[in-house]
Amino acid sequence: MSDIQVNLLLEKVMAELQKRLQREMPVEAAGAINNAENGAANDRTLFDPVSMLPNPRDKEGLAELVASTPARIGVWRTGTRPLTKTMLQFRCDHAAAVDAVYGEVNPTILDQFHLFTVETSFEDTENYLKRPDRGRILTDAAVAKLKARCMEKPQVQVVVSDGLSASAIDANLADVLPALLDSLKAHKLSSGTPFFVRGGRVAAMDHIGEVLKPEVVVLLIGERPGLVTADSMSAYMCYKPRKGTVESDRTVISNIHRGGTPPVEAGAHIGTIVKKMLEQKTSGVNLVV
Amino acid sequence: MFKTAKVLGQTYQFQNLKEVMAKANEEKSGDQLAGIAAVDLRERMAAKQVLADLTLAEIRSHPLLPPEQDEVSRVIEEGINEKIYARIQNWSVAELREHILSHQADGEELRRISRGLSSEMIAALTKLMSNLDLILAASKIENPAHCNTSIGQKGVLAARAQPNHPTDNIQGIKASIYEALSYGIGDAVIGVNPVIDTVDSVKNIMIATKEVMEKWAIPTQNCVLAHVTTQMKAIQQGGPADLIFQSLAGSEAGNKAFGINVALLEEADELMRKEGTSPGPNHWYFETGQGSELSSEAHAGIDQLTLEARCYGLARTYNPFLVNTVVGFIGPEYLYDSKQVIRAGLEDHFMGKLHGLPMGVDVCYTNHMKADQNDMENLGVLLASAGVNFLIGVAMADDCMLNYQSTSFHDIATLRELLGLRPAPEFEKWLEKMGLMKNGRLTEIAGDPSIFV
Repeated sequence: MSDIQVNLLLEKVMAELQKRLQREMPVEAAGAINNAENGAANDRTLFDPVSMLPNPRDKEGLAELVASTPARIGVWRTGTRPLTKTMLQFRCDHAAAVDAVYGEVNPTILDQFHLFTVETSFEDTENYLKRPDRGRILTDAAVAKLKARCMEKPQVQVVVSDGLSASAIDANLADVLPALLDSLKAHKLSSGTPFFVRGGRVAAMDHIGEVLKPEVVVLLIGERPGLVTADSMSAYMCYKPRKGTVESDRTVISNIHRGGTPPVEAGAHIGTIVKKMLEQKTSGVNLVV
Repeated sequence: MFKTAKVLGQTYQFQNLKEVMAKANEEKSGDQLAGIAAVDLRERMAAKQVLADLTLAEIRSHPLLPPEQDEVSRVIEEGINEKIYARIQNWSVAELREHILSHQADGEELRRISRGLSSEMIAALTKLMSNLDLILAASKIENPAHCNTSIGQKGVLAARAQPNHPTDNIQGIKASIYEALSYGIGDAVIGVNPVIDTVDSVKNIMIATKEVMEKWAIPTQNCVLAHVTTQMKAIQQGGPADLIFQSLAGSEAGNKAFGINVALLEEADELMRKEGTSPGPNHWYFETGQGSELSSEAHAGIDQLTLEARCYGLARTYNPFLVNTVVGFIGPEYLYDSKQVIRAGLEDHFMGKLHGLPMGVDVCYTNHMKADQNDMENLGVLLASAGVNFLIGVAMADDCMLNYQSTSFHDIATLRELLGLRPAPEFEKWLEKMGLMKNGRLTEIAGDPSIFV
C-alpha cells in the first residue's frame, strides 16, 4: 500500500472508531470500551443457556434476555445449585484467567517482532503481585541493556509488557504492534527500538522515560484478566513520563481484545493519539482528543 | 517508648500505639506493603499482648490521627457517648473482649456499649479476636434498617441484585435483574454499578430500575452506584433514587482521593431527605474495603484494619441502610490469598456490626488473588452464620463489567436453604405472590427469568 492508501484506510478506521467512542465513552477514561453491541462477545462452548431451562415460560423472550448481556443468565439449576456444565464452564474461564496471570509470554511472538527482553525488579510472580512498586523499577541490568541497545531521545518509544496477563500479549500483539508502527509511520513520527519488559507495571514507563528520555512512551500491557476474557490488553500513553508522573497524566485505551476494541483498530488509533500528544505537548486529562 | 512485651524470652519495644496496632494485626499483604506489619509471629504476639493490657482510655488519649488534623477523627471523637464511655474507660481491651463474648452480654448490651466505643477501640478489640469470636459476637447483634422495606432482622439473609453490564445496556441490565428476581435475589437493593459516570446515563438507569420495581410491585429499593456528585445531579434532574451511594475511606485524605468530604456527604444527605424517593429513615448505601487508603497514599502509617474501622465510624453518623465491605476487590497487594480475605471479611463484618451498622459483605476476589470460588463459598457460610444482613448476588458470581467474582444467585439461595434463613419479610411475601417461593423454598418456576418478559 502507498502512504496515501494507508492514510485513506486510517481515516476510515478513525472515523468509525470516533463514532463508536463518542457513543461509548471518552478515550481517556480507564474502563470498558466495548465494541460488541451488547458486550455479549464471550467465547463459551460448554453450554447453551437457552436450551438449559426445561420449560421457560417465554422461550423467545428468554433468548432475547440471554443475548442482551454477557452475564451468565438463563443457566438454570438443580435444587439451588448450578448445573454441572455451567459450573465447569465457570471453572474453565477462571483457569484461563489464573493461567494468564501466572503464564509467560510466548517467546516466538517476541522474536517475531525482534523484541529483546528486560526485567523489572519484581523477582517472581508472588512478589510481583504483593509489591506493585517493584514492577515499576527496572533492574540495573535492564537499564544498561536499554542504554546499549536503544536510541536516546526518540520521538516515540514503544514498550510491551506482560503485566497481569501474558496471554493478552500472545493474543493481541501480532495485530496491535504492526498497526501501531504503520500508523506512526503514516503520521511521519519516528520511533525508537521497541522492547519487552517482564514483570512490568504501568508506571514502569516513568523509569523508562528517565533512562531513554523519549517524548512519548506507548506501553502495551496485559490487563487484570476477567472471566469474559483473559486476553484483554491496554495501551497506556504518556507525554514525557518521568519520575513523579501522576496517573492522570496518562491516556489509556483499555479493553483491547477480539470481543472489545479490535486490536488492529486500536493500533491505528494509538498513533493518532500520540500525534496529538506531540502537537499539544501533554497527555492524560489535559489532552484534547 | 510506648510499651514493651516479652514473648518466649525475647523483649519487644513499641514506640507508639500506631506501631502496636499495626503489628497486632493478623498477616495482611497490605500492612506488609506499607512496611508496618510485624516481621514475624513472635513480634505479632508481643504486640497483641501489649494491646490486650491497654485500657480504652489509653487508646482514646493516644489518637492515631489527631482530630485537629483529620475530619474523620473529629466525626468519630464527637460521636462517642460520654456516659457509656465513662463506665467502661478503665477496661482493658482483653476485658472488653471477654465481656462481649460472655453470656451476660446480649445484643442489646452490645449495641449500648457500641455507643461508648471509638473506631480505634473496636479495631483494637478485633485484633484480639479469633475468627470464631468474630462470628459469635457479630451474630449477637441485630442491626435492622428501613428504606422502602426492612432488612437485617434475625433469620433474614437479604441480597443485593447486582445486574451490571459492560456498556450499561438497559435491556441487558434488566435481563440480569429478572434472573436475580427469579432466584429470590434483590431484597436488599437493586444496585447497578454504571460504566458511564454521566448524569444522563445514571438517571436513565435510575428510571429503568424503578420501572421494573413499579411494573412488578417489588418491595425493594433502587440505587445507581455512580460518584455521589453525579447521583445528586441526576436526582436534582428528577432521577428516582431510593438510596444514595458513596465509597468511604477512613481518613480525610483518603476521602479526598474519592472526591468527597464530610460537607459533601451532609449536602447529599439533605438532598435525599428532600428529593429521595424512599420514606427512609435510612437512605445511604456505603461501600468500604481494607486497603483503599494505602492505595491512595492516604493511610498516614495506620494499618488497614484500623482505617477500615474508621470508615464505619464515619458511616454510622449517617444511619445508612446498607454498608458493604467489598472485601476482596482491591487485590493481592492488600489481601494476598483466601486466608487473608476470609479473615478480613469476618473482621469487617464484626466491626461494622459493633458500630451499629447494617453490614453486608461483597464476598469476592479478583483473578490475580490466590483465591477461588470455593473460598468464597466458605466465607459465605461463615458470614451467613454470623448474621450478615446481606450478600451480593451476581449471575453465576461473574461480574462481566467489574471483572471480578462475587457470590451467585444460586449461592445465596443455597445459604438460605442450608441455614434456614429467609429473604426480607415483605420481599418473601412478594416472591410467594409471584409463585417463586413457598414456605421459604424456591418453587418449580424459580430460575426462569422469562416470567418477567
